[in-house]
Amino acid sequence: MIKIKKKIPLIDQHDNNGFWGGKFGGNFIPETLKRPVEDLEVLFSKLRNSKNFLKERDKYFKNWVGSPTRFVKLDKLTNHLNGAQIWAKVVSDANGGAHKIYNATVHCLIAKKAGKKFIVGDTGAGYAGKMLSMAAKKFGLKCKIFMGAKDIKRQKPNCDAMKKNGAEIVPVYTGSQTLVDAVSECMRHWVSNCDTTHMCVGSTVGPNIFVKICGWSTSQISRELKIQLKYEFKKIPKKIKLINCVGGGSSAYGFWSEFIDYNKNHIELIGVEAGGPKKSKLHAAPLSKGASIGILHGAASYVCQNKEGQINETESVSAGLDYPGVSPMHCFLKDSKRARYTFATDEEALKAYKLVTKYEKLNPSLEPCHAFAEAIKIAPKLKNDTIIIVNSCGDAKKDRDILKERLGKI
Amino acid sequence: MNLSPISLAFKNAKKEKRPALLTYTVAGDNTKKKSLKILESISKDVDICEVGFPHNTPIADGGQIQTSSYRALKNGIKINDVFHIVKKFKKSKKSKPVILMGYYNMILQYGEKKFILKCKKVGVDGIIVVDLPYPENKKFAKKCRKKSIEFVQLISPTTSKTRMKKIVKDSHKMIYYISMLSTTGGKLKISSKEILKNYKKIKKINKNKNCVIGFGITEKTISELKSADGLVVGSAICGEITKSVNRRQNPVTNVVKMVKKLKRKIL
Repeated sequence: MIKIKKKIPLIDQHDNNGFWGGKFGGNFIPETLKRPVEDLEVLFSKLRNSKNFLKERDKYFKNWVGSPTRFVKLDKLTNHLNGAQIWAKVVSDANGGAHKIYNATVHCLIAKKAGKKFIVGDTGAGYAGKMLSMAAKKFGLKCKIFMGAKDIKRQKPNCDAMKKNGAEIVPVYTGSQTLVDAVSECMRHWVSNCDTTHMCVGSTVGPNIFVKICGWSTSQISRELKIQLKYEFKKIPKKIKLINCVGGGSSAYGFWSEFIDYNKNHIELIGVEAGGPKKSKLHAAPLSKGASIGILHGAASYVCQNKEGQINETESVSAGLDYPGVSPMHCFLKDSKRARYTFATDEEALKAYKLVTKYEKLNPSLEPCHAFAEAIKIAPKLKNDTIIIVNSCGDAKKDRDILKERLGKI
Repeated sequence: MNLSPISLAFKNAKKEKRPALLTYTVAGDNTKKKSLKILESISKDVDICEVGFPHNTPIADGGQIQTSSYRALKNGIKINDVFHIVKKFKKSKKSKPVILMGYYNMILQYGEKKFILKCKKVGVDGIIVVDLPYPENKKFAKKCRKKSIEFVQLISPTTSKTRMKKIVKDSHKMIYYISMLSTTGGKLKISSKEILKNYKKIKKINKNKNCVIGFGITEKTISELKSADGLVVGSAICGEITKSVNRRQNPVTNVVKMVKKLKRKIL
């Protein structure tokens, strides 16, 4: 079995070829991108060791992103479920309403240091795109966002925000017209414009360096949580379950990174993928539904694919989780058995949304509702000394239209 | 010394004082039968046939090749059909070199070893893997060489001098120079002079390697680059197939016409 090393951030536990656990990740990229990727590796390694850069990052995280985000007990939901305590890390408090702001901010800071004038990014739910457009505006970069045509339709509020921030949205009509195609198109754009343009991959996926930058950025979530846990409980409680939705896996990695060294009986890490509609064979759950290892967007990971290696279409009510691949770091966490992965169906996520919003002043988007669905499932079977913490990593404003259609309300 | 069919094709072109003409078409585009027919019909004017095995998440292909790939996949092309097309083609055109080109995931799922053996069996002469760069491709390239299949290394305008030297040193007989920063089929955004300047850098490192130039080459641009060892035309042909399909014309005749024109321009 592959083993995780202690005291080394997971983002750095890859080998010289960029593989975690010897087989996940890597750099399956066209020759043209070799140089820009290597340049980015050098620059990032320099920046993350620079005190000034860290200061700059922390300044923007604090004053602009709004750190720390709240850590709150969901009393009424806890009482209703009558089992484990349910807490939420309200990451959707962050500027823009989701965790994607961390990665977007860091990428824009890097782009500035690299002297690039243009920045491009992919988006599914529209949050990665919205945040990148916000950060690009803040840092004076010209921004282009690639988004599947299907997602543009179903996540209109975020598209409006992108346009307001002055970004150009490039609709992608190929394939399933969702995130997977947006990432491909964005990479193709970068191949053609890598001399002037910086690319931001919206999650902990893609060629090795993008996995690292994104993970490094979202780690802010668990750094805050660790301090908040000690503040609330005096010390880290004995039984904790950290539940997070997993699409590409950026918020889950950020939520867990500080806690990976703990024993899993002490702090269990639970990732919840998109199981898709109950009656559909399609899903976006490569980790929990037994997908095989394949290559997607420059990295090896568990991928929803057929025997020939063609990437399967996925289906999920949540655009942010609707992706056939997953971060190589989550594959590593799965195979080393440090994290447990499961899935929630569209229906379960919607039901969770109803329940959470009924009891709490919280408006989690459909992505974290997958995580809430798992919390709701397991909490009643657990005792009150277990602390379940859900990363409420996105706000449901963007899901207005879907919720109205599926639940008949906003 | 016995020359490989690919090297022989370059040698013959050189004898005629012209670059080798390489075409790229997608296996199964627009149908399995038609794609074979296209290969057979253009082979008289073409020195080396590149045959794409289509993938549905191509990260380095422009619009025209994407369209061809999706069309072929929609028509149900499977990797074994690709091999079947090559086998049939080689039956009638035994000496015409075929290079398979595609993305690594399909090779990975088929199994590297099995893939190479199958290539050998059906008569594939070379392989290009778009997303398996140097040095990660060294092991696979070695496996190919063992079966006397040419593994074609790619070099691009972003490739540094030191890296270029290493790639040329470890390459087999043929090298593919990507003309510009672009996906396949982009509009040539730099001058032919500039492209040839970079091309010459590669030749200077080792003049014995057969170096072809590809990406963005059309009827309009091909003659300006004819001092190269070989020139690859892909997207223009795929675009011609799309046009023919849309106009309900026979893609075979139209592609043959185009290839003849291309050939005339480099004579």
